[in-house]
Amino acid sequence: MSRWHDTAEALALPLLALAGGLGLFGVFVWLQGHDPLQAWALLFRGAFGDSFSLQNTLVRAAPLMLTALAVALPARAGLTIIGGEGALVLGGLACAAVPYAVGLPAGGAGTAVLLLAASLAGAAWIALAGFLRQWRGVNETISSLLLGYVAIALFKHWVEGPLRDPASLNKPSTMPLEESLRIGTVAGTDVHFGLVFGIVACLAAGFWLSLTTHGFATRVVGGNPRAAQLVGLPATALVVTACALGGAAAGLAGGIEVAAVHTSANASLIVGLGYTGILVSFVARHQPLAIIPVAILFGGFLAAGSLLQRRMGLPDASVQVLMGFCFVFILASEAWRGRLRGLFAARRPPVGAAGAPA
Amino acid sequence: MTGSALLDVLVAVLGGAIRVGTPFLFVSLGECLTEKAGRINLGLEGVLVFSAMAGFGGSYLSGLWWVGVLAAAGSGALIALLHGLVSSLPRVNDIAAGIAIMLLGGGLAFYLGKPLIQPQAVQVPPLPLGDWLGLVPGSAAHAALQVNGLFPIGVALALLMAWALAHTGWGLKVRMVGDSADAARALGTSVTGVRVAATTVGGAIAGLGGASLSLVFPGSWNEALSSGQGLIAVALVIFARWQPVKCLWAALLFGGAGALGPALQSVGVSGYYYLFNAVPYALTLAILVWTCSPTRALQGAPAELGVSR
Repeated sequence: MSRWHDTAEALALPLLALAGGLGLFGVFVWLQGHDPLQAWALLFRGAFGDSFSLQNTLVRAAPLMLTALAVALPARAGLTIIGGEGALVLGGLACAAVPYAVGLPAGGAGTAVLLLAASLAGAAWIALAGFLRQWRGVNETISSLLLGYVAIALFKHWVEGPLRDPASLNKPSTMPLEESLRIGTVAGTDVHFGLVFGIVACLAAGFWLSLTTHGFATRVVGGNPRAAQLVGLPATALVVTACALGGAAAGLAGGIEVAAVHTSANASLIVGLGYTGILVSFVARHQPLAIIPVAILFGGFLAAGSLLQRRMGLPDASVQVLMGFCFVFILASEAWRGRLRGLFAARRPPVGAAGAPA
Repeated sequence: MTGSALLDVLVAVLGGAIRVGTPFLFVSLGECLTEKAGRINLGLEGVLVFSAMAGFGGSYLSGLWWVGVLAAAGSGALIALLHGLVSSLPRVNDIAAGIAIMLLGGGLAFYLGKPLIQPQAVQVPPLPLGDWLGLVPGSAAHAALQVNGLFPIGVALALLMAWALAHTGWGLKVRMVGDSADAARALGTSVTGVRVAATTVGGAIAGLGGASLSLVFPGSWNEALSSGQGLIAVALVIFARWQPVKCLWAALLFGGAGALGPALQSVGVSGYYYLFNAVPYALTLAILVWTCSPTRALQGAPAELGVSR
């Protein structure tokens, strides 16, 4: 029974928090003289209303699943890493840069090399933050975010300088990837195969954390560093590995965005997918399997953003405000953990009370 | 690069140390106060962006620069208060709350500041240090010595905070709450109350940093106004060993580093523009690696602070 309560609470708290975030967003737009009912309706219509919106939602959810993993995996090893944006941007840069350096086989093999390069770039970047934490005790939240800004500077330097395609006049870009290297769409839809990568990565991460010894050891290091030290777990290796895996996911997201959506590396890549991934991971309580539905929900809100802009004239930052509210509510909801369960328990009579002698 | 160009770069970097460093100074002073009370507020990045918007809006709508400055400080206090309250809830981590406030502050600023992107607002009048020294108007040195009018306030605040933390009852309470919450409780001080108050006042101080981004030449309001300055300032506090006066020197150092990119570009060295702009971030990282240690607590760090453990 207690297990059932825990599960119910684990579902109810985030749902209540999201409802609170949406509610406050309604109040916020109402204060600006807009109709909150219309805003809520547009948010859901723009996200899941028809097959076109739904496909748009799934396309946006794909990178969010991967950038959320960049927060979730280090979090399970005990680190608060928020530099996914930097890993994504470097992944995208690596993906676009490889064809400059080496000749690639056409087709799937070439794409695999591109995505591998993207993952390695992201992995190195986040692993560095984890390593600095283990080696020198540098706060990983600050260092990963600083590394993110450095990554964006490197990206702009290379894209607008040495790697710039002379044909890209108004919007500096790298040379577009060859047709055969790009990632195609799932048959009959506009959804590219990046979604499959995202879902498989979340499933694999869930399997690793729950069902393998290595994943278990990582969770011990994250949950109780003292116990991990006592039983002699190699904390540094486990922490850096978890960071590298998370960074690889975010780097892969950047590679997929370049190979499937933008076809070259340019400023369109830097739209805050890494930051949204932080929120997705926190809402999913850093559980890889829960990341899949949460990423689809927030991918939907991102997709609905343009509808809010067109129909109601709201600024493009509306979705960012909504996500900010959701983030505050999700954190605040932690304070209710355990109390909600008390609420359920109080409603049912204590076991054996009915049969107790008067 | 010719000799005179080199001189121009030097002067621009020195002038930039104050111009670019002033936001760092205010944010690091705000963070210093917050951390002295035992909490870390990464949300000051969001505070900086939001208060820059609010300060610009206040000055634009009222036509008075000091209304803008007050609006920046007030809105900074409000956003930081939210951080203080959320991190006072049981089981809520102050770092996570800071990430949330960082995103929320940015989102709210971009939303509410959308109509303010084009207009011009009344700016804080500069201190014409160049005129006082008798330099020719129009020269690079003269331009560089048009000192941010808020900078002296920042210097005064640094000295005031150093004195107040060391010599007043309030300062003692803040330090006690930051060094031993148990001792504070034993003496009947409300740990949560002091922390929320320190976070809020810290937000107001950081808000002045926002005003010096948007209301000081060549300031205006746009969505790329702050990119991590608030966060660098948080890291600066570690470098400054939680001492307000050292925050001043650290802010000037980082201001100079931040002014290097634009200064080199102005004399025609532009190939590495983005890389020079990344110097403050890399420098911050280097300093963190240099000063932090995994085995011992940092010298001068408040013992209740999560970041130093």
